[in-house]
Amino acid sequence: MSMFLHEARLKRQSIFDSLFRNLTRVAAFSVLVLLAAIIGSLVIGSMPAIHAFGFGFLTSTDWDPVNDQFGALVPIVGTLITSFIALLIAIPVSFGIALFLTELSPRVLRRPLGVAIELLAGIPSIIYGMWGLFVFAPLFADHVEPWLNEHIGVLPYIGPFFSGPPMGIGILTASIILAIMVIPFIASVMRDVFDVVPVMLKESAYGLGSTTWEVMLRIVLPYTKVGVAGGIMLGLGRALGETMAVTFVIGNAHELGKSLLNPGNSISSALANEFTEAFGELYTAALIELGLILFFITFVVLSLARYMLYKLGQREGKAA
Amino acid sequence: MIDLYTRRRIANATGLTIAVMAMAFGLFWLCWILWTLLERGLPALTPMVFSQMTPPPGSSGGLLNAIFGSLMMTIGGTAIGTPIGILAGTYLAEFGQRGWLAPITRFINDILLSAPSIVIGLFVYEVYVVHVKHFSGWAGTIALAIIVIPIVIRTTENMLRLVPSTLREAAASLGAPQWKIISFVTLRAARAGIITGVMLAIARISGETAPLLFTALNNQFWSSNMDQPMANLPVVIFQFAMSPYEDWQSLAWAGALLITMSVLTLNILARVLFRQKASTY
Repeated sequence: MSMFLHEARLKRQSIFDSLFRNLTRVAAFSVLVLLAAIIGSLVIGSMPAIHAFGFGFLTSTDWDPVNDQFGALVPIVGTLITSFIALLIAIPVSFGIALFLTELSPRVLRRPLGVAIELLAGIPSIIYGMWGLFVFAPLFADHVEPWLNEHIGVLPYIGPFFSGPPMGIGILTASIILAIMVIPFIASVMRDVFDVVPVMLKESAYGLGSTTWEVMLRIVLPYTKVGVAGGIMLGLGRALGETMAVTFVIGNAHELGKSLLNPGNSISSALANEFTEAFGELYTAALIELGLILFFITFVVLSLARYMLYKLGQREGKAA
Repeated sequence: MIDLYTRRRIANATGLTIAVMAMAFGLFWLCWILWTLLERGLPALTPMVFSQMTPPPGSSGGLLNAIFGSLMMTIGGTAIGTPIGILAGTYLAEFGQRGWLAPITRFINDILLSAPSIVIGLFVYEVYVVHVKHFSGWAGTIALAIIVIPIVIRTTENMLRLVPSTLREAAASLGAPQWKIISFVTLRAARAGIITGVMLAIARISGETAPLLFTALNNQFWSSNMDQPMANLPVVIFQFAMSPYEDWQSLAWAGALLITMSVLTLNILARVLFRQKASTY
């Protein structure tokens, strides 16, 4: 009798077990469904625009809601340029911060300083945008842009990029704010991958008489290059999709200015500004197609980033 | 002619100086932004902010409806996203050793973790707002929940992996079924870390603006109806800051200070609560 009860209980538990396992499996599967649904809904939503403009959408600079003519080149170029300049600024700074945190900082300060940099990542992007618009842009217009005009604007080749009316808002301002935003992401990945370098390797180099700088450049950086690249791609992914900070300061002008001081537009700020006010099916569809393009670009960049970080992770496993 | 030794020493000193400057550069922006917020936000942070509704242009008022709306949607988004995230994270850590599902989910999840939030807003607009034909607090809640899920999955998996397997084996040797081992032993052991993850997720969504623009939109009046457009701090800040009215701009600074302080407090609390690093990038 008690034997029988026991068996029933065991059976019940194994049913619970498989219920639980399948519940978690469904939850994990829902992530895949989510991704498929995002891509699917964006594709369906942008169908009218895809039919109307085809591949020309990617190469046209038209953006004329009144006549229903749309092209994505201006915002795509704006997104790529702002992210590129942001990375140019952010990569060396992040490297310096990671170097400081892993090699130079006194032990007591290491954690608080690391947290401070991470807090920079925690500040909501709309705050960066407001700060950029009200504090940074006016200062930039008064003090930096006239200087750029005078000193760099007159140089051959790169001159035209830095000449133009000093308005404060524009591609360059947006890029600088983006740089400040992605520095903490790149710096904390770099710090983490620098930490996986075996101490033995570094100590050997020090033992041979290397300076700290040489250890960083010749030992740590080559050992972690895949991970560092992954961190940079991760930062790039962030920069490409960043919306609010850019929307405030890029100027939202649908034109392809030659100078970096001119206002421009990015995919995400075009969406933020125009989507709720879009009229007509084609206008909405064109904006959704912009979203689809943005998602595609970030998807590729982030996939590469993850792939690189995984590769470093595998090596770490082998070395241990 | 400088000898090799001196040259190496100079290169070293230069490199390290630049590193120190980079660190100072990073901290400089943090301090500057926080200083601006305090300078402009504190004077605007009157009791009226907490007791009155968002005003029409040119008059004074508060942010009460926006604070309430933000709270409702943040709580809702967390309440929906957290269980799904914990379950999926559990699958990845406990059942994910074999099969195709776990590696793919992990990869996709890592991508969703940094996917542009404005696209999440577009997605919810397409699948929800278009069908019910109006903006609503629920739509905002769903968008925020979608942002919460990957963060919670990531931290849950990481934290469960830190639980020593001897703990699981000990429970198994006592005859405990697997669901009991996981829910009463491993998840409980990883509790602090998982709570940290949830707190970081809350911190992240309470400042999110982009996904709310196309979902919750905004509402000038008090509304506790989740099926209607709902005021929320980030969108109010966006609208007010971009406006030419001074009253609105100063309210925007008050809101910005509120959001930043709560986000930073959550971030710091999460790190104090769980000293080991819970990475969510």
